Amino acid sequence: MIHDALKERILIIDGAMGTMIQRYGLDENDYRGPRFSKHALDLKGNNDLLSITKPQVIKEIHCAYLEAGADIIETNTFSSTSIAQEDYKLESIAYELNFESAKIAKEAATHYSTSDKPRYVAGAIGPTNKTASLSPDVNNPAFRAITFEQLRAAYYEQIKGLCEGGVDLLLIETIFDTLNAKAALFAAEEYFSASKKRLPIMMSGTITDASGRTLSGQTTEAFLISLSHANLLSIGLNCALGAKELRPYLQILAQKAPFFVTAYPNAGLPNELGAYDQSPAEMASLLKTFAEEGLINMVGGCCGTTPEHIKAIAEAVKDIPPRKINASLELAI
Amino acid sequence: MNTSSNTMQLSGLEPLVITKESNFVNIGERTNVTGSRKFLRLIKEGLYEEALSVAREQVEGGAQIIDVNMDEGLLDSKACMVTFLNLIAAEPDIARVPIMVDSSKWEVIEAGLQCLQGKGIVNSISLKEGEETFLEQAQKIKWYGAAVIVMAFDEKGQADTFERRIQICERAYKLLVDKLCFNPRDIIFDPNIFPVATGIDTHKNYALDFFKATKWIKEHLPFAKVSGGVSNVSFSFRGNNKVREAMHSAFLFHAINSGMDMGIVNPSQLEVYDQLDPTLLERVEDVLLNRKDNATERLLDLAERYKGQNNPQKELKTAAWREEKVQKRLEYALVKGITEYIEEDVEEARKNTSKTLEVIEGPLMDGMNIVGDLFGSGKMFLPQVVKSARVMKKAVAYLLPYLEAEKSEHDKKNNGKILLATVKGDVHDIGKNIVGVVLACNNYEIIDLGVMVSAQDIIKKAKEEHVDIIGLSGLITPSLDEMVFVASELEKQNLSIPLLIGGATTSRVHTAVKIEDHYKSGSTTHVLDASRAVTVADQLLGSKKTAFLSAQKESYDRIRENYKNKINPSKYLSLEKARQNKLKIDFDSYAIPKPTFEGPKYFDAIDLSLLLDYIDWTPFFRTWELAGKYPEILDDQIVGTQAKEVYADAQKMLHTILKEKWLFAKAAIGFWPCYSKDEQVYLKNQNKVFHFLRQQSQKAKDIPNLSLADFIAPEGHTDYIGGFAVTCGLNIEAKIKQFDLENDDYSSIMLKALADRLAEALAEYMHLMVRKTYWGYSKDEDFSNSALIAESYRGIRPAPGYPACPDHTDKRTLFDLLDCEKKLGVTLTENLAMYPAASVCGWYFAHPKAKYFGVGKIREDQVKDMAEKKEMKLERMQKWLSPNLI
Repeated sequence: MIHDALKERILIIDGAMGTMIQRYGLDENDYRGPRFSKHALDLKGNNDLLSITKPQVIKEIHCAYLEAGADIIETNTFSSTSIAQEDYKLESIAYELNFESAKIAKEAATHYSTSDKPRYVAGAIGPTNKTASLSPDVNNPAFRAITFEQLRAAYYEQIKGLCEGGVDLLLIETIFDTLNAKAALFAAEEYFSASKKRLPIMMSGTITDASGRTLSGQTTEAFLISLSHANLLSIGLNCALGAKELRPYLQILAQKAPFFVTAYPNAGLPNELGAYDQSPAEMASLLKTFAEEGLINMVGGCCGTTPEHIKAIAEAVKDIPPRKINASLELAI
Repeated sequence: MNTSSNTMQLSGLEPLVITKESNFVNIGERTNVTGSRKFLRLIKEGLYEEALSVAREQVEGGAQIIDVNMDEGLLDSKACMVTFLNLIAAEPDIARVPIMVDSSKWEVIEAGLQCLQGKGIVNSISLKEGEETFLEQAQKIKWYGAAVIVMAFDEKGQADTFERRIQICERAYKLLVDKLCFNPRDIIFDPNIFPVATGIDTHKNYALDFFKATKWIKEHLPFAKVSGGVSNVSFSFRGNNKVREAMHSAFLFHAINSGMDMGIVNPSQLEVYDQLDPTLLERVEDVLLNRKDNATERLLDLAERYKGQNNPQKELKTAAWREEKVQKRLEYALVKGITEYIEEDVEEARKNTSKTLEVIEGPLMDGMNIVGDLFGSGKMFLPQVVKSARVMKKAVAYLLPYLEAEKSEHDKKNNGKILLATVKGDVHDIGKNIVGVVLACNNYEIIDLGVMVSAQDIIKKAKEEHVDIIGLSGLITPSLDEMVFVASELEKQNLSIPLLIGGATTSRVHTAVKIEDHYKSGSTTHVLDASRAVTVADQLLGSKKTAFLSAQKESYDRIRENYKNKINPSKYLSLEKARQNKLKIDFDSYAIPKPTFEGPKYFDAIDLSLLLDYIDWTPFFRTWELAGKYPEILDDQIVGTQAKEVYADAQKMLHTILKEKWLFAKAAIGFWPCYSKDEQVYLKNQNKVFHFLRQQSQKAKDIPNLSLADFIAPEGHTDYIGGFAVTCGLNIEAKIKQFDLENDDYSSIMLKALADRLAEALAEYMHLMVRKTYWGYSKDEDFSNSALIAESYRGIRPAPGYPACPDHTDKRTLFDLLDCEKKLGVTLTENLAMYPAASVCGWYFAHPKAKYFGVGKIREDQVKDMAEKKEMKLERMQKWLSPNLI
């Protein structure tokens, strides 16, 4: 059980998928493959589709992260909801994307899994590209581009695909609007109830601006409270900020969360050209201080991170005990 | 048990944690169509903005949670609930508190829950329709992540006695906790507050039973909370606010003492218990606690006295900010995002000015700038900024007809057509919309293509509409690449429409380094914020376009230069790795040219007039802070006149320098047999070494890490290196002193500048002579001045301090070899500066592949290596090389 491992050591989550895919320099034809060669829209950039058209690339990337020491790898499904795939007019293959991605990741994880170091696959569930509690129209604040119900249905399909494809965990991540995440949670509960099987759920929010709030305006603590109704495995923060900037918000979670705490920041803040250039050593040493302060149970990387980063991070935290959940908090769940 | 485990946790945008120590939690009741006629009217008439201000007043008045109820026969309750909650979500000063979704219809509750990102409360569910429905609804509430109020109501009806109350609550509690594992901290019981003093005997114990039931629940049902709708209790005294308020206060006093945690009240209409009229209080309490048989009659008698009396203090005051001057009011409305008074305030501001546009460019833009600053410093967050933008839009919309009218008075012609778009893959458009509004207010015609716009669509529309400017916006980082793509597409189509770049992640650096390059046929300008958009557009389409673009080009060039020098240490190689990637010249198949002599040679009587043709004038103008290349600078629109003036003065002074022999020139050159190893050049038979530096930045494939030493053949060959030192500053002091005494700074600077130019010209002239005659490897060169300045000849003459050899410490070696002090009269100061200043020294490299380059930043290992080889202390070496250290 992952719970047991988490009590003993800090587990390592993998790094960015996109950064690694870029290294392959794939072109439009690679993304399309024979199956989508006649598709009406450009597909380059639809990284999730590669699980179907270039599964070997995705598997290699998983393996690179497992090789680097990741305990948990994320499926290549950040945008595999029918809502996000609508941009490419590929909403019809959402289930398949999730199922195939889960299968690929599971194969890779099984290959590397040992009884000493079991590897886990987390089904990655992104926020979609629409917000349920913000209006995209300045003049009509009551308008919503997406409803809870639409999100719930899309997430249900995604979760079904992931679970049937064989994931060990669900990871609802990069949450910029808590209402989207609540819809995903609702769908997960519904699916668990229908399938009679529960998987541990990990939550990871993203703090987007200098005020320290989510895009939809919640403080870190409000974010935590809004999602604590589910019996989560973990809650944490990823993306948007680098490790340094993430720290104060992580402290709040470490202090108040009755769950395990995760952090997988970007490789620093993007530079003026939008690229991430924090080195593996720099990032690892920052995250090491988090571990030493007892802030984290799981750690990894988001945008701009590579297997080299993950390796350095794994090395840096390997002898540091994980954060202990405050006993009085555990009672509160 | 730790208190934290006792807490009930709720949230809006901010947390609300209710602990044992928390005081009574106020739940605002005015946003309830069943309780407030005003609110009902506002919702019926669709006046949501005013309805929102009811909610805002509640929060400002101290409500920690707000109850929202839309249950009215004539309303589409579900639609009203969704609309109102969505509107609240866009009002951060309301949305900061948790919401209580209040309805007797489950479908309305569910629709409400689907609008809450925070953890709210459902009001309410009950066992009225049996256990199955109760559990089904509770299960969903759990999944939605809300707390729940359970009414003391079952299949038989509403509990109206102590026994029924506790029996139903206990049953519900067990079902929730045992069957659903519902968190008991999220359960709130409403044991029914009924009206008292109704004249009906069975009602006499209603309040008392409520208190008792509350006490029992708190003692027997762990963690559960108690709430209730307080105003019910005084229902019989409708119209008599004084008595009702007293009843509420007294009721709450006793209920809280019994353990009631929260209640639905109007916080701004509550009397303080201790300040109640003692007679009134006594009679109220007689009723509540059922202390006297005729308690009701006694209270009714007393109540007559208070009829129609309203507490004047409780009248809602006009908010203080409304008393401020109009500018301040507009600023406040923008920062707080309040649209309610914006039209009247804007109208007032408009009447105060002669030009409507001034309202926008004045107070409204000022307010938006404050918003921008607050957002930038983290004191506002996105939903608040969106609200501010809305206020701005509303204000502008109000002013538009006036703007139109004023326009027609002067000219209807617009300033130009501007296309705006958020690029493909990005949906953020607030900033872009603001830019659109501001530009439109300034008489530009705006074609807004919206969000997620592809490059093709942008270009197609731009061509169709013959737009004058294209503005691209984006917030997320991938948009940066998309903007580069749009720029290159514009270039491909041979368009030259000026391009504007804006949005949170864009930057001048990105625009200068990444975008501008791809769009050579047009111009690209980064626009920092909406307020600058107008200035930029005016300049691009106005008469100052050339000047604007040339100033911009210069600043972007500088940014690019700085960027190149800004470094990421991880992109630097170790010295060893850099050496492996040295420039590999094939010296075996190269005939090394032999100089005509070895050792130094001196030139004393140099005719300065020989040098005039070799002067590079561009740096001369830079001395005078005039930017531009010679000779074009003389005709430059901006600096041309001034440039011509100093140039004429320079010619005049040069003439005098020659005629009156103000300056003397001397030169030394020398050649030495040598070989190279790593970055060193060893002079044979001299026991002297020149130490150069090597580039360490990571290079693209097939690009070497250069060192000047690479241009010299390694051991086993006999190559040659040349050295030179020239001066034109001898005797200059006398003249400078004279000018200084006359306070003639201009001439003093002019003379120094000319001496510098002559020294450089002499260095150039000597180099030419070396190539042609003394080393003689390049006898057939084109020796025209422009070719010289363009450095289109073979071989180089880098000087210590140049980017290729930034280390000054080798000057000493050079000076010793050429015996400069004695033979030229040029000395080195402690800091290795040459005196007189108008002097140049350096090396000659003859290989055809020798070229100028910059060493750039170097790593510590190279500094150590150099210090060892030079036998210099590491700290001193570091000091000398500090500008090049990473």
